[in-house]
Amino acid sequence: MSSLWPRIEPLLARVQKPARYIGCEDGAQAPRGGPGKVGWLLIYPDAYEVGLPNQGLQILYEILNERDHAFAERSYAPWPDMETLMRRRGVPLFSVDTHRAAADFDLLAFNLSAELVYTNVLNCIDLAGVPVRAERRGEEDLLVAAGGHCAFNPEPLADFVDLFVMGDGEEVVSEINSVVLEWKASGRTAGSRQAVLRRLAAVPGVYVPSMYDVAYDGPRLAAVTPRYPDVPERVEKRTISDLAAWPYPRRQLVPLTEVVHDRLNVEVFRGCTRGCRFCQAGMITRPVRERPADQVRAMVTEGLARTGHDEVALTSLSSADYSGIAGVVTDIINDPTCSGQVSVSLPSLRVDAFTVGVASEIQKVRRTGLTFAPEGGTWRMRQVINKLIREEDLYGAVDSAFSQGWQRVKLYFLTGLPTETDEDTLGIAELARNCVAVGHRYGRKVTVAASVGGFVPKPHTPFQWFGQDTVAELQRKINLLRDATRRDRGVALRWHDPKATLAEGIASRGDRRIGAVIEEVWWGGGTFQEWSEFFDLGRWEAAMAAHGLSIEWYVNRQRDEDEVLPWDHISAGLHRDFLWQDWQDALSHQGLEDCRWTPCYDCGACTGYGLEHVVASAVPPAGGSQGTGQDLSTGGAVPVELLPARVAATSAP
Amino acid sequence: MRLRFRFAKAGKVRWTSHRDVARMWERALRRVRVPVAYSGGFSPRPKLSFGLALPTGAESVAEYLDVELDGAADPAELAPLLSAALPVGVDVLGGVGDEGGSSLQNDVTACRWEIEIDGDLAPAVEAMLAADSVVITRQRKGQDVTDDIRPAIIRLEFADGVLAAELATQPRGLRPSELLAGLGFEPENARVRRTHQWIERDGARWEPIPLDATDAPLAFGRAS
Ligand code: SF4
Repeated sequence: MSSLWPRIEPLLARVQKPARYIGCEDGAQAPRGGPGKVGWLLIYPDAYEVGLPNQGLQILYEILNERDHAFAERSYAPWPDMETLMRRRGVPLFSVDTHRAAADFDLLAFNLSAELVYTNVLNCIDLAGVPVRAERRGEEDLLVAAGGHCAFNPEPLADFVDLFVMGDGEEVVSEINSVVLEWKASGRTAGSRQAVLRRLAAVPGVYVPSMYDVAYDGPRLAAVTPRYPDVPERVEKRTISDLAAWPYPRRQLVPLTEVVHDRLNVEVFRGCTRGCRFCQAGMITRPVRERPADQVRAMVTEGLARTGHDEVALTSLSSADYSGIAGVVTDIINDPTCSGQVSVSLPSLRVDAFTVGVASEIQKVRRTGLTFAPEGGTWRMRQVINKLIREEDLYGAVDSAFSQGWQRVKLYFLTGLPTETDEDTLGIAELARNCVAVGHRYGRKVTVAASVGGFVPKPHTPFQWFGQDTVAELQRKINLLRDATRRDRGVALRWHDPKATLAEGIASRGDRRIGAVIEEVWWGGGTFQEWSEFFDLGRWEAAMAAHGLSIEWYVNRQRDEDEVLPWDHISAGLHRDFLWQDWQDALSHQGLEDCRWTPCYDCGACTGYGLEHVVASAVPPAGGSQGTGQDLSTGGAVPVELLPARVAATSAP
Repeated sequence: MRLRFRFAKAGKVRWTSHRDVARMWERALRRVRVPVAYSGGFSPRPKLSFGLALPTGAESVAEYLDVELDGAADPAELAPLLSAALPVGVDVLGGVGDEGGSSLQNDVTACRWEIEIDGDLAPAVEAMLAADSVVITRQRKGQDVTDDIRPAIIRLEFADGVLAAELATQPRGLRPSELLAGLGFEPENARVRRTHQWIERDGARWEPIPLDATDAPLAFGRAS
């Protein structure tokens, strides 16, 4: 196993951002391989600066390198300029740690965080010198694995990935490692690839697509059935019950070059029970498992001292919900080792005044902007999606933000939601306008940036049956909003390209037949589809047509209750009945309170696995959460004190 | 108080940019808890100033950095601590403390470079030195400009596969890649190393922080 560095370095003078390929991060390891060890190349299939901060990958990197019989290195998708040079010079995909060739490893393990990276996955497999289709691989080829949120619908990549991992990877990687180690020790004799895959299929949480037959009934999926009795009919996700037992990453990587989240990240809890119906992450990561506050404090203090970062993010799907968040934040700010120069950020703020209070505490140093995600423009819409933010809460939050010195507030919205009417869409403009009016009370020039994304229904959510809006419909709604906000100074409207929303929709709920489409887009050069400069819907439309597949059928069609969904043989713990009932509740705009502090709805996430939410606090946070401790009857009422300001704002030229 | 450090950049880390180096230093200074002064306002920045940018990919044993302090510190004591806190390949070679004032950007008038070349450049060097003017087209702020670079070439020699060049930085600096273009030689990946930055004071030439033996292959030969 020798380093490819002498062949890589001459390419670096000719590419953009050569530091993407050098590794050398603080925290990077140079593990030794050897016959007694299984080598994992952990790949984030997007640009280095996007992939490096990924915590899931860093956690597995450390855990595997602590094992006696494993070693792990990292790789990222080479940018097209680098890829061209690599292909021309015959340089294969390499690790950034010791610049070993991908073929020197036993597994390529991909982190799937977004659907539009799928073509990059194929490209990385190909650059590794491995047949892209799993069926063409033999004993001499390594195994291709994938995990992460998108793995919960593995079917679009089923033709290319040997094994998928569902749920938390911390424990299962060691189990996979043992199976692969034996295969390696046995000398990978003829026919042994099938045997090792079959053994892997029996590891809980592992899905091996080649061990299943897929039957169709016309365009519809009829069944996905195991080919052998020892292969499970349904693959259950893995869940670690105690986050405290996994204080990783212990040595978070500090990149030498600029990356998307250049800060220390400490995960404060995993899982979410707010039950936002559009949110796949919230549904598939239940139950809630909090990290003990002392461990959070220790990870922050040690991490800051070791890395020299001046920002720490307390990460989770809704960090303001962490029990005793205010105390933890105050301790960090007042920690003498932080010497007053450290800012704390809470990605995904809850929308209420309490949260802004915490935010003002922590952003004493750098006050850039506050972001809230009401997601829907009207109270009715927010009840449909179960984002139970009352008008009052939003204006209260915005009010305290402006009163405490912020001048910029960013609001996230979705459009193309189930049952959405033009009134709901226009409600987005109305909300943004009202927020500006709140700002005017403080006599300031404020900006409210409203960012609107097109909704893509995701597997394992109550909206998995919903027919996504067409590109034309999404564009029409965006145009409505553009017209409605054109004359509003102070409202800055931004939107996501509806064409990219469509491509994401193809992959999100696709079945195995979509694999050929992804392959064709990749083969034609369609990599880095997450990037607007490379995204090209034409490639996707042409590939769908070439394979006789209907975009309307895959993306825009509403599914029936009895339809077999491509991911029905994968379980995120959620009962199908629960999801269907929640879908019905959504259609009759019925909200559902946070189950952390209300009786359990038996969604299956805790009950099915004998787990419980691990929360330090028995009461909902100050300010309430998703209806607990709140009066929802006033959800749509615009607070009285806002009205005069509103009139003033709308009558302005 | 102001501290001035001289440092080297070598090995894989040479592929990081000037901005990347600035961020490495900010983190290292925080790790070592150097009492750096910060600018005021809503987004305070540490008061650091770097000299002339080193092209990405070039190595150096003559990089400089000025750090404004809020208090006092001993540069000699800090140097090894900072080296340990900086990435492999970035090493502090020396430090001095003063009251501040002149900036590196303004004071440095020339840099000396060594460029490893595969091939014989002697005839091209001879021709260039004999010429009264050497006109090339180069990019400045995204624009193509045509310049005579001959006045910026202070010294030039080629021996044992190494081109040694002393190039003026004022009024308009000459980059090693532009010199190579002027010599009609554009290798894919020449190993370029900055060995000195010179300032002029009282009619003499000085290095901001001299080393005992700057020409020794300091810090080179490390894993790369
Ligand atoms: S099983 Fe009950 S308590 Fe657990 S996440 Fe589901 S609804 Fe909530």
